[in-house]
Amino acid sequence: MKMVMAIIKPFKLDDVREALSEIGVQGITVTEVKGFGRQKGHTELYRGAEYVVDFLPKVKVEAVVDDGLTDQVIEAISKAANTGKIGDGKIFITAVEQAVRIRTGETGAEAL
Amino acid sequence: MENNIFELQYAIDTFYFLVCGALVMWMAAGFSMLEAGLVRTKNTTEILTKNVTLFAISCTAYMVIGYHFMYGGGFFLDGIAGGDSLVEDALKTSADNGFGGDSVYSGASDFFFQVVFVATAMSIVSGAVAERMKLWAFMLFAVVMTAFIYPMEGAWTWGGGVEGSMGENGVFGIFSLQELFPVLDAAGKQVVEDGEAQWIGFSDFAGSGIVHMAGAAAALAGVLLLGPRKGKYSADGRVNAIPGANLPLATLGMFILWMGWFGFNGGSVLKLGDIANANSVAMVFLNTNAAAAGGLIAAIIVARIMFGKADLTMALNGALAGLVAITAEPSTPGALGATLIGAVGGVIVVFSIVFLDKLKIDDPVGAISVHGVVGIWGLLAVPLTNSGTSFAAQIIGMLTILIWVFVVSLIAWFIIKMIMGIRVSEEEEYEGLDIGECGMEAYPEFTGSKGSGI
Repeated sequence: MKMVMAIIKPFKLDDVREALSEIGVQGITVTEVKGFGRQKGHTELYRGAEYVVDFLPKVKVEAVVDDGLTDQVIEAISKAANTGKIGDGKIFITAVEQAVRIRTGETGAEAL
Repeated sequence: MENNIFELQYAIDTFYFLVCGALVMWMAAGFSMLEAGLVRTKNTTEILTKNVTLFAISCTAYMVIGYHFMYGGGFFLDGIAGGDSLVEDALKTSADNGFGGDSVYSGASDFFFQVVFVATAMSIVSGAVAERMKLWAFMLFAVVMTAFIYPMEGAWTWGGGVEGSMGENGVFGIFSLQELFPVLDAAGKQVVEDGEAQWIGFSDFAGSGIVHMAGAAAALAGVLLLGPRKGKYSADGRVNAIPGANLPLATLGMFILWMGWFGFNGGSVLKLGDIANANSVAMVFLNTNAAAAGGLIAAIIVARIMFGKADLTMALNGALAGLVAITAEPSTPGALGATLIGAVGGVIVVFSIVFLDKLKIDDPVGAISVHGVVGIWGLLAVPLTNSGTSFAAQIIGMLTILIWVFVVSLIAWFIIKMIMGIRVSEEEEYEGLDIGECGMEAYPEFTGSKGSGI
């Protein structure tokens, strides 16, 4: 099993969710997050005084999927979240040791 | 039949006073929302506590002694009820004044209308000292301001000549703000009408100076002793922005103030019950509205040019600046004149806010600029449209009020600082005054009885 964690632009969330449903991903977890990348945020003025918006709002999508589905998931997210402009986000993949469905006690891929 | 008409006029003028007073009372909500919107979430509960408490303190202190200083109503208002011959007396005064003459109305309605002005002056202070002042030091100052500082200076203009008020014999018996310069005829002799010598005096219709500038002067004195918020100014001289937490609330606050201002200025006509005064009231409403609109438009354009984007908080301050500017004389300008007076206020306020930041005078909501700097502009604009006034009289009156309020406030703040301190600890300021002063947050999370809050 793999954990796919994607940081995307907030307005792309619906597209990503639909794309993941289409390829059979059963569930995702979404968090509103803030952060910066190579662009390092931007500056604004408030009542004539400058302030730096270091941390831009993003959405973090997490999905644990079977090993065989991982490449499809990466492709689906890459396609759905892409605008071609700065700040489209990133995808990270980590290995997951175990999964348990609390209600039934099923483990491993059965629990996804 | 004539008496019946006078009774009706009395009832209508009293009713008008009460409705306008209620409108001004609602301005307390406007100030609360404006200030709650322009501070950070960690200081929201505390600023709201200050706002509700200062209103209650103002009402009580002014009732106990303030109104007596200003209008001679007796301690605890024991002189305002009128005796057994109340109806007869009122009818006689009405007959003497004539149907179109000075308004006759209930003494209680006068107190009610005046008391909400005191609260307005005090509300101005709370915004400027927000996010760093001790709650109880502020409350102590509120007592001094509303029981003594404001009633004294108010009496010098509005109580002038009123028997028993502190303004009866002028400013400490030295000079009168009502009688600064004699009105001269062509031969250089003072004009006398109906046996009374005519004077050019300080004129402040609804309180650009007496209420707004006074509140700002008290605030400035406090801010100078208090110092800026932590992190507002860097050691290298940079001005850092501390954005307000809730601009919808700030906008609602501005609209509530805008609405309340119709009572503030409209009620200050003091009479509705004849055609001339009804027209005057309508003109005041119209001009008040026009000035706010002019102020907002001017401020948002200036902000767009100076900062590159439409700064909403400056637009809000601009509308309020327009309102403050027109308050000194909302009855004589035409609609275009009122719009322009407001627009100049809107331009001034943006520059003033930026300039005060350069001086490291930290005013989170812009109260000193909106009410003080623009209040001075409002006073100076009066002679532009009101031929019965003069620039010299306006300047003397303005300086008298400004110096009195600023100096006495500075002394009061200093004494309070010596007794209990006026600034919260650095740690409390970083943590937020909500927990430090009130023990509760405006937007609590994870605070249920077992910790999760769910």
